[in-house]
Amino acid sequence: MAQVILFNVTNGLIIGAFYVLMALGLSLILNLSNVINFAHGNFLALGGYLAFTLSPVLGYWGALLVSPVLTALIGLVVERLMVRRIYNRDPVYSLLLTFGLAFVMQDMARYIWGPNGLPLGLPDALSQPITPDLFFITWYRVFMVAVVIVSVVGLFTFLRYTRVGLRIRAGTFDLETVSTLGINVRNLRTFNFAVGCMLAGLSGVLAAGQIGLNPNMGDDLLMPSFIAIIVGGVGSLIGTLFGGLLIGMAAALTTVVYPSASEAVIYAILMAVLLLRPRGLVGEEGMMS
Amino acid sequence: MSKFTASLRRRTFVQAGFALGASQVIGAPFIIKALGDEPVKIGMVDPLTGVLSALAQSEVDGAKYAEAEINKKGGILGRQVQLLVEDSANDVGTGVQKTRKLIDRDQVNVILGDVNSGIAYAMAQVTNEKKVLHIVPGGHTDPITGTNCKWNVFRVCNTTSMDANAVTPELVKRFGKKWFFITPDYAYGHTLQEAFIKALTKLGGTYDGDMLPINNTDFSATLIKAKAFKPNVLLNNMGGLTQINCMKQFTQFGMEKEMALGGALFELESIKACPTDAQTGWWDMEWWWNQPNVPEVVKFVADYRAATKKTPSARDWFGYVSMHTVRLAAEKAKSLDGPKMAAAMEGLELPPDVALQPGKVAYRAGDHELMPNIFVGEVHPLKAGGTPDDYFTVSQLAPGEQAAGSVADTGCKMTQPS
Amino acid sequence: MTTAIVAGKESETASDKALAAAGFAGRRRILLLVAIWAALATVPFWLPLLGGYTALAGRVLVFGLAAMGLNMLLGFTGVLSFGHAAYFGLGAYGAGLTLRYLVHSTPLAMLAGTLLGGLAGTLFGLLIVRRRGVYFAMCTIAFGQLWYYLAYSWNSFTGGFDGLRDFHREPIGWGAFTLDIESNGTTFYFFLLAVFAIAVALMGFLLRSPFGRTLLAIRENERRARFLGVPVEQHIWLSFSISCFFTALAGTLYALLNNFADPLALHYSLSGYFVVMTVIGGMRTFWGPLLGAAVFVVLQDYISSMTVNWMSFIGAIFILVVLFFPRGLLGTRRYAAK
Repeated sequence: MAQVILFNVTNGLIIGAFYVLMALGLSLILNLSNVINFAHGNFLALGGYLAFTLSPVLGYWGALLVSPVLTALIGLVVERLMVRRIYNRDPVYSLLLTFGLAFVMQDMARYIWGPNGLPLGLPDALSQPITPDLFFITWYRVFMVAVVIVSVVGLFTFLRYTRVGLRIRAGTFDLETVSTLGINVRNLRTFNFAVGCMLAGLSGVLAAGQIGLNPNMGDDLLMPSFIAIIVGGVGSLIGTLFGGLLIGMAAALTTVVYPSASEAVIYAILMAVLLLRPRGLVGEEGMMS
Repeated sequence: MSKFTASLRRRTFVQAGFALGASQVIGAPFIIKALGDEPVKIGMVDPLTGVLSALAQSEVDGAKYAEAEINKKGGILGRQVQLLVEDSANDVGTGVQKTRKLIDRDQVNVILGDVNSGIAYAMAQVTNEKKVLHIVPGGHTDPITGTNCKWNVFRVCNTTSMDANAVTPELVKRFGKKWFFITPDYAYGHTLQEAFIKALTKLGGTYDGDMLPINNTDFSATLIKAKAFKPNVLLNNMGGLTQINCMKQFTQFGMEKEMALGGALFELESIKACPTDAQTGWWDMEWWWNQPNVPEVVKFVADYRAATKKTPSARDWFGYVSMHTVRLAAEKAKSLDGPKMAAAMEGLELPPDVALQPGKVAYRAGDHELMPNIFVGEVHPLKAGGTPDDYFTVSQLAPGEQAAGSVADTGCKMTQPS
Repeated sequence: MTTAIVAGKESETASDKALAAAGFAGRRRILLLVAIWAALATVPFWLPLLGGYTALAGRVLVFGLAAMGLNMLLGFTGVLSFGHAAYFGLGAYGAGLTLRYLVHSTPLAMLAGTLLGGLAGTLFGLLIVRRRGVYFAMCTIAFGQLWYYLAYSWNSFTGGFDGLRDFHREPIGWGAFTLDIESNGTTFYFFLLAVFAIAVALMGFLLRSPFGRTLLAIRENERRARFLGVPVEQHIWLSFSISCFFTALAGTLYALLNNFADPLALHYSLSGYFVVMTVIGGMRTFWGPLLGAAVFVVLQDYISSMTVNWMSFIGAIFILVVLFFPRGLLGTRRYAAK
């Protein structure tokens, strides 16, 4: 019995951690630039696919480090060419742009890497369970959580203690004033977008190790990220953190009692939040009105 | 800018847009009419984009290969064959629309499709209305040749009952009668599990299981439950990528030491996407390429590999068989008329170079289901120094008709065309 | 009280201009209307000559109506919903479920579907009416996905992943006269056209009324409208609600067109298609969405037959439209006229 409880709590944290990483990138882009990046799932897939292509050359660890950076660079190019032109316009255009981008990216992934599923090889050390008793916790899952923790801590530290981070946070509140203070807002947004894509790419490499690669892999992860952001509170990264953990835990715990409902519970939480506390758990009133 | 210039600009723009659009759609049909003898047109609707694209692509490959082969040998009834492929994008509305397009605009004689059972079913309603022969190469849902069978619809791939009935005796014989099911929560999963349960309980077995969401990625909770139940065999009924993930996690947790793994279908396309240690278990193949004792198969595989640079899977075979079936039906009926071809197909036996397996392979008249052999065997990683793509070793050939049960069992009540 | 009258007059002149730009006034309008209806009424005759087929025109009408419903909210009130496919799909499922489980009557099925989608939208609108911009859009997306999830998981009721089947459009009978829309494709097309005409007339009437003008005022400058005493939230909620009813009606027609209802009719990608159709045609014009639907449906039909990589082309079209033709085909005139 203790084993079951322990398992479910850890499983919830693992799933939640993963949702957090994905949602944070999306939230970062949303907060500063007011853009819903529909292509976020596709950047995730891109990160995974790049790792697949790079790992024969660089090994798993090399691919893990390099592929998010590459994804960030591609995100940077996308932002410069397309996204930045529609910043001050009606939100409908940014949605359509990223939506169209998602189509193109998914098709390109299918074209370049083929429609078949591809496996991402993991180092043997990671595939072992941590102890024979706790056979369901492989080192890979522990590794995933570790990577997420490092990334989240890194992100929050960056936002809190560096100049650029401070500017991003300030820009979330009042971009106009930040611009008046002489800061190059365009470069700031580009950088922010790239960081968001880097987080997506990293999530992709982690996901690929767990579920393999296929052109549609980002689609299923996009909605939970949205929900994590709404539940946590739009405009707040801490909120996204809590939102992701909450829905991850809820999904894992539901699997114990009623497996078919594990997805349903995420939507139930969404509705509950929209009905009872629309600004989200940690959101501030007026953030996104 | 004056209003006149502005509206002129807009009008030109709109006109140009319409002209562009119109010119695109005018082009194709007119060109074909100018080419003299009208070819026999066969329309194929498959989800070339979306989660089923790998399987759909194989079916299209097989069909295209057959098209070339048929044309080289003189075509159908002396006319060349033209295969028109449309993408249903895994969406019913698109699938239905493309079916109507192929029938109304392109005037096809036969419709093939879809891998997605739901779309195949919706298409069958359209083809039935228009009295067009419809062959379903790879959509598995039972009602297509069961409770909702139609006079113009035939199917190549197996029903879930056939697959379940074929592999169950082998699994029970080798490993035991206590089973645990991991099943996706939708129509295909439900019917498959029910078929397995029926076959298992007939042999006196016991079971437990979990129904999971279709897109489930994490199987730890279920696998823990399975481990506690201590079954002889774990049945992995998941499809596509979820099946692969379940296998991966099964081997990651070291569970293959405690129980066997099995199920109905584990397709070649999915096996290749698995890491080596997850290529395991006892399964059905609806057709398998490596049959060294059947000369037609050896030749076919060699030719196919030369032409397409890949080894044919069951899906390639489905597409291949569908096309040749049309040829055989037309030759037997001496006509391309839907009802006549459908009548000719009832009981139609495939010749060895199309059946590509031993024994009699024919379309059962009562429910229009093809009755091939079902290849039961073990999936394993490639042997070092062995032939490429040799992931499966056949242990027995289960005759399809035996596995399918009687026509009455399927619930099919065929009505003839009015 | 005087402020209200002044507000009314002010918004009238501004909205007059906007309505004119949307194509609602003048001789040009009459010519446009005649051209459109003449073309639509004779489709079964000229479309096959161009290599089209009547079912394609049916699809254009259905999607066009859905996009026009969305446009009431998006183009005329200035509020973005990216989850309108939910109401479209609910309309489809409502009609399908009625035909399958309750009664074999097409008009009742249409009524049931429209009510289902419309009421869902009305209730949801209450929840999110205070939000704006991106957050509002996010909520509409998430809400839409909730219905998508329900549709594909509730196997016993909705047929789940495989969709709702075993129903078909029933012939409509009044006494001795029967309209056979079941087996006759051309008759069904004219039936679609008739429903479309009634819906569009109703929509036009609503948009030219004082209610419609107020929506335009809200679109142009929400803060100002609020200062002028317009109950903004109420109007937005009403606009949302009405647009959901129209889109749900289009959904019922979709179910009748296919004799099938499937979960993808609720998915956000279809919502995206509706938005893009509206934008391609011209967001702020009345007929724009229909034109956009025609262009989009024909293009998608054609491109997906030519190449497996049609998604890249469609995505590229989205991007190009957003970057270079944001006003859409019919909207360029208004912008150029400035």
